[in-house]
Amino acid sequence: MRPARAETKGRRMATEAQGADSGGLLFHPMDQFIVRPLFGDGAVGLFTLTNVTLWMAIAVAAVFALLVLGTSKRAIVPGRTQSIAELAYDFVRKMVEDVAGKDALPFFPYIMTLFMFIVFANFLGLLPMAFTTTSHLAVTVVLALLVFVTVTVLGFVRHGAGFLGLFWITAAPLPLRPILALIEVISYFVRPVSHSVRLMGNMMAGHAVIKVFAAFAPMIALSVGVGILVTPLSILAISAVYALEVLVAFIQAYVFTILTCVYLRDALHPHH
Amino acid sequence: MATETHEATSACVNSSGNAVGMPQLCGDWFGNQIFWLAIALVVLYFILSRIALPRIAAVLAERQGTITNDLAAAEDLKARATEAEEAYKQALADAKAEAQKIIAETKASIKEDLDRANEEADTKIKAKTAEGEKKIAEIREGALDAVKEVAKDVTAELVASMGQKADGRSVSAAVNARMKG
Amino acid sequence: MEGDIVQMGAYIGAGLACTGMGGAAVGVGHVVGNYLSGALRNPSAAGGQIATMFIGIAFSEALGIFSFLVALLLMFAV
Repeated sequence: MRPARAETKGRRMATEAQGADSGGLLFHPMDQFIVRPLFGDGAVGLFTLTNVTLWMAIAVAAVFALLVLGTSKRAIVPGRTQSIAELAYDFVRKMVEDVAGKDALPFFPYIMTLFMFIVFANFLGLLPMAFTTTSHLAVTVVLALLVFVTVTVLGFVRHGAGFLGLFWITAAPLPLRPILALIEVISYFVRPVSHSVRLMGNMMAGHAVIKVFAAFAPMIALSVGVGILVTPLSILAISAVYALEVLVAFIQAYVFTILTCVYLRDALHPHH
Repeated sequence: MATETHEATSACVNSSGNAVGMPQLCGDWFGNQIFWLAIALVVLYFILSRIALPRIAAVLAERQGTITNDLAAAEDLKARATEAEEAYKQALADAKAEAQKIIAETKASIKEDLDRANEEADTKIKAKTAEGEKKIAEIREGALDAVKEVAKDVTAELVASMGQKADGRSVSAAVNARMKG
Repeated sequence: MEGDIVQMGAYIGAGLACTGMGGAAVGVGHVVGNYLSGALRNPSAAGGQIATMFIGIAFSEALGIFSFLVALLLMFAV
């Protein structure tokens, strides 16, 4: 079934592309998420250097520049870069302490890694022509599964079978407890799904919407009468969505991190 | 498909380079993404846990220490400043008292000098007055004698002109008696 | 005529799925509105609850994202 559908899809896109040559509008909002090899046009293998590699490397380099090179002076009175590095450090550390508790501090480097990687991947993805690594399901699912596995293993190591108390809510009346337990178990296993899809969905949605509006922008070249209204509107919409995306880029990194802290707290203190 | 001649590099990209379906769901690319993500995360984790976080923690701790020290030093300096102010006020008060004392002393000594000078001048004036009075008395005495002499001479002359012989002794006795008279 | 009846159904379904995002919008607005009304009544306690508000927003928004994802799946992957 699937290959056939892909073929019809391919034909449709091909006609669109031909239409573009004769001056039609191009709608390819998903093309920005294509993984491409950096060199040549070969197939993408496991170790191929791709745009994923490039933009992850840029994100790591940016974090390195901010947190290592930026603090290399170890100034008592911090400069601009060092202030930002310290701000980020304080921000995440306070989040871990406040939400997950003091005994979660051994996990601080891990959570800091997640936060810095996601926030930089999100913001770098906002650059024109950039590839947003966090808009890919494979990436966010790995990030979320890492958290899920860590939390589950930690919970059972710390509390043994007592970790199951997380699902058995003693505050509820006894007859309700099995039903609640079922709901809790389901919601526990939905966590990595929502955790990953939230990040990926937010990043992808904004970028795709920008692309859709961008496809409307050259309308004025096709028809001046329609374009005179549509083109400025679409440019305005791109700016507005872009501003929203800047906000979302940070908030999603924050939300991902704070949910990690919440899950960690559940593992460390399962008895609510 | 009209453009079948081009070899598509993946089932997820068509011959004209556009995405087929959602690139996020393309299984061909999962391995590559996960592989590079794992490398990126491991590298980042080691950078953060080995270099960046200990360094920032050290800087923050050092700053906290410096701030605490500086606060203590500031407290100390403030106490010292207060002390210095007290000392200054004390010195000022002392100096004022000293000045007052010196003024009083000087006034007293000047007054003493003045009194002494007045006294000296008084005694000198008295002495001079006494001397003057003595001289006046002497002069007056001298004048009396001269009058007596003149009177005697006049009497002797008078007596002689009357034709009688004047006896010097009786003349002077008579004049003396008259002058006492 | 291009396409087929399955594609038509998928596109209609995608459009319908997008209505779910409106629900998420209502939910997020509700969370933030209630946070604000609480924060204005007791501003001293507001600062500590910003994290909780964001967690609430995240949970509420996740469902909107799910419906968006369903729409995308219908459009591109069915």
